[in-house]
Amino acid sequence: MAVVNLQTLSKNEDLLTGGHRACAGCTGSNILRQIMLTAGQDTVVGGATGCMEVVTTIFPYTAWKTPFIHSAFENCAATISGAETAFRALKKRGELPVPREKINFIAFGGDGGTYDIGLQSLSGAMERGHNMLYVCYDNEAYMNTGIQRSGATPFGAHTSTAPAGKVKQGKDRHRKDLTKIMVAHNIPYVAQTTPFHWKDLQMKVRKALDVDGPAFLNILMPCTVGWGFDPALGIELSKMATECNFWPLFEVENGEYKLTYKPKADRTPIEEWLKQQVRFKHLFKPGNEHLIVEIQRWVDDEQRKLLKLCGEA
Amino acid sequence: MKQIYVGLTGNEAVATAFKQARPHVAPAFPITPQTEMMHKFADFVADGVVDTEMILVESEHSAMSAAIGAAATGARTFTATSSAGFALMWEVVYIAASLRLPICMPVVNRALSGNINIHNDHSDAMGGRDAGWIQLWCENTQEAYDHALMCWRIAEHKDVRLPVMINYDGFIISHTSESLHILPDEDAWKFVGPKDLKTGYSLLDVDHPITVGPLDLTDYYFEHKLSQIEALKRAPKYIAEVYKEFGELTGRHYSFYEEYRTDDADMIIVALGSTAGTAKDVIDAQREKGVKVGLLKIHMFRPFPAAELAKALSKAKVVGVMDKSASFGGWGGPLFNEIRSALYDLPARPKIHNWIYGLGGRDTDTKQIVSLIEQLQAIAKGREAETVNLLGVRL
Repeated sequence: MAVVNLQTLSKNEDLLTGGHRACAGCTGSNILRQIMLTAGQDTVVGGATGCMEVVTTIFPYTAWKTPFIHSAFENCAATISGAETAFRALKKRGELPVPREKINFIAFGGDGGTYDIGLQSLSGAMERGHNMLYVCYDNEAYMNTGIQRSGATPFGAHTSTAPAGKVKQGKDRHRKDLTKIMVAHNIPYVAQTTPFHWKDLQMKVRKALDVDGPAFLNILMPCTVGWGFDPALGIELSKMATECNFWPLFEVENGEYKLTYKPKADRTPIEEWLKQQVRFKHLFKPGNEHLIVEIQRWVDDEQRKLLKLCGEA
Repeated sequence: MKQIYVGLTGNEAVATAFKQARPHVAPAFPITPQTEMMHKFADFVADGVVDTEMILVESEHSAMSAAIGAAATGARTFTATSSAGFALMWEVVYIAASLRLPICMPVVNRALSGNINIHNDHSDAMGGRDAGWIQLWCENTQEAYDHALMCWRIAEHKDVRLPVMINYDGFIISHTSESLHILPDEDAWKFVGPKDLKTGYSLLDVDHPITVGPLDLTDYYFEHKLSQIEALKRAPKYIAEVYKEFGELTGRHYSFYEEYRTDDADMIIVALGSTAGTAKDVIDAQREKGVKVGLLKIHMFRPFPAAELAKALSKAKVVGVMDKSASFGGWGGPLFNEIRSALYDLPARPKIHNWIYGLGGRDTDTKQIVSLIEQLQAIAKGREAETVNLLGVRL
């Protein structure tokens, strides 16, 4: 595997052009650019309905310099599985429009399109063993439709469908662990990363594209609008999410868990991350201290379980 | 040309035709009564008779989604469905047509839930009649086979580029063995021909990247809908050409609709699918008694050949339209509404009445059609009657 460094990356063509309509401070477009720098031109991209699809493809413009397809919200994995199968079928008969030994197939969706409405289609495509990478850009709510609660929304977060009010304090459940659900599909490669850890991200994209079979990446995507933070701080918040163990970096190759970033022994308390975000503002009101305690307990529990899986306990 | 005389079910016949068309990709998901078509096709694949890549998806929604991804590369692609499966894929059925992808799909017609019922009516396909697909309807196994060969030529024509739905009645056609003529594989392949992969766009052309299915708002969406409207307007010309060429090849001549003993008919029954076969038998018996009744069976329901149908029906005194699906809360079934609307501009319109029949596979026997003809006779003589009626239901 080629060494990932800034010098080589900077020479690669940017395959997602500027001028798209992502919000100022969006870390999603940053994630996509990073992925495409590694994936390269011989890549077919599919997007689920969502922020990144909407901001990159408004007709008659497109920000994509590779082939791109969007069909609906819940079916990105199925759609790309069709294209990947067609690649094999056409190649077998020597009928590809341009001869290629390999083309990368990357499907991406937000957490709504992945944890929730697209989970069935994703699960089916992973189980069938298509040679494709599915990327979830996880901004922890349905941001494209106005910040509604999803299966990825963390406990206590204010969203427009589970708001903090006089008697309720935002989401009353912890998020589901999609990454582990993907591990349970026994696919060759599953990993979590963030846009701050660019080297980690590039390495994981490379590995995911190199395996023979399906791969899944879950990438935390701080959302300036939905989370409520200064647009300059998105990358910083993705770093902090890892420092406080809210979003640990790890990979699972053929079932073997491995930490790819070892957090400090005295991890950053979760408050440090929460207090940067308007969606958690109500947790800091008097009387809500126990909610922060609960989030910290959950983070510590999850981290303990992960370390055990990684053989680090 | 020498053809082969065989006995096959409708599902087997369609699987045979599809095998002969050598598709690249076939996503599949089970639902009765379509399933056996895919079983048969999977047998062909397992035996190496055809090298199609099947995608055994986890739902019909994913079947159509995978078909979209495959067809967007230029690959010849089909799937098949029925009933609730069609309803589940409904969202993406529209998208397939909007993206102008020449996917072919048998809809082996079955009632929609609820309550759950596996038998034949037309409520599934009628729910998708405005989805932008070409809809062709078959009376028997022979017609299902023939259309399963012809559909590729229609769908993939460079001036059409639309998905095609082939409708044949669940169980009545899908599971009934009938004798039919099929083409030898080489002749079928000569007729269908390879998919043209040179013209048009491919998602796999990484040297000339395109974006498929973008966000399309107030400034362009309507023009894109116009292009679909225009493509469906152009389609009949090419459907007629394919019908003509197929007729010359096989001796089986199709048109947008078939007229059976309508030349001097005072009364014309309009129907889709297998009911036409039963109606023909009844008409033959009635003709012996001197009753001037005929049948108009529609093959091409989308695009709807309104002007031609109006002309064909103009000579009748009374038209009885049989709908095998209800339009709840509407005024008559979908076929009735189209036909009635088509007749509106005639200087002298026949009377037109509707019979909703056969829902959930309720057997439509000869007695029911005799009773329908008796009602038409009474109407022809001036008796007042309901515009919309039910046939074969316990009231």
